Amino acid sequence: METVTQTLDRQVVVNLILAALQDVLASMADEVVTPDENTRLIGRSAVLDSMGLVTLIVEVEQRLEADHDLVVVLADDRAMSQTRSPFLSVGTLADYVMQLAAEQG
Amino acid sequence: MEGSVVLITGTRKGIGRYLAEHYVQRGAQVVGCSRSAPEWTLTNYTHFETDVTDEAAVRKMVAAVGKQFGRLDVLINNAGIASMNHVLLTPAATAERIFATNFQGVFLLCREAAKLMQRRRYGRIVNIGTVALPLHLEGEAIYAASKSAVVAFTQILAREVASYGITANVVAPTPIETDLIRNVPQEKIAAIIERLAIKRLGRFEDVANVIDFFVRPESDYVTGQVITLGGV
Repeated sequence: METVTQTLDRQVVVNLILAALQDVLASMADEVVTPDENTRLIGRSAVLDSMGLVTLIVEVEQRLEADHDLVVVLADDRAMSQTRSPFLSVGTLADYVMQLAAEQG
Repeated sequence: MEGSVVLITGTRKGIGRYLAEHYVQRGAQVVGCSRSAPEWTLTNYTHFETDVTDEAAVRKMVAAVGKQFGRLDVLINNAGIASMNHVLLTPAATAERIFATNFQGVFLLCREAAKLMQRRRYGRIVNIGTVALPLHLEGEAIYAASKSAVVAFTQILAREVASYGITANVVAPTPIETDLIRNVPQEKIAAIIERLAIKRLGRFEDVANVIDFFVRPESDYVTGQVITLGGV
């Protein structure tokens, strides 16, 4: 896992999440938005509904595994119990992925 | 099934082994698992020594399937254990063990398999129930309860993964001549058969026949269903 943490930088993770999010939004055929790091994933201004968020989390897990050999469970007990949800925005989700990757290193 | 990837749990013996051979014969690439290695090998069959109750091991196995084949079309959760006993004489550890394999194992496999299946927006999940549930068989309270959990889980899972093109169904077999009923007295088996519309033991082929139906691409409008064998 050492190589993962060496090669995985935050911007790579942000781009991976954005690509996954764009695919999920496209499959939902919702209004076109161009997501960025501040795009909200949950809450009133979220671009996704609850099912869309589930799909995004699974997509991100799958892409991390396929592209970076990084096996993480994003929706674990810890993530669900945090006061500040890691699923708040693209940026917070990227931070959470980096945290989990560092713990595996 | 040509080109399909089929994952079957509990393939070391019994129905699981039969199903592995069945789907290899039909042109599928089959991946199987059991806690210990089987005493047989098969072309186009890959075996994992995986305990279905071990979350990390299940994740690793499904990830390996994704990496090696890039897809998963069918999951058959066949692994299961039974222990006949009167409720008043059933140790808590037995109940835990049965629920861990029969329910927790099914949950873990379904979760990880559905994550892989949703990438191609296609999947077929088949879980195994039992006639012990509708027949309320004495001595099988814990086993039937664990399978009841599987049925409830499958029916809700079916709704939750429908938008991903994944179906989830249950086939509920009658007693079949396997190790699972090896320790059940003959007269008990005869009494169960007497309660069926079709009075004979089940066969592996009977189970495979229903699974064949559930996993056909054309069965994309069939989900959350339980088909019970034998005419219960």
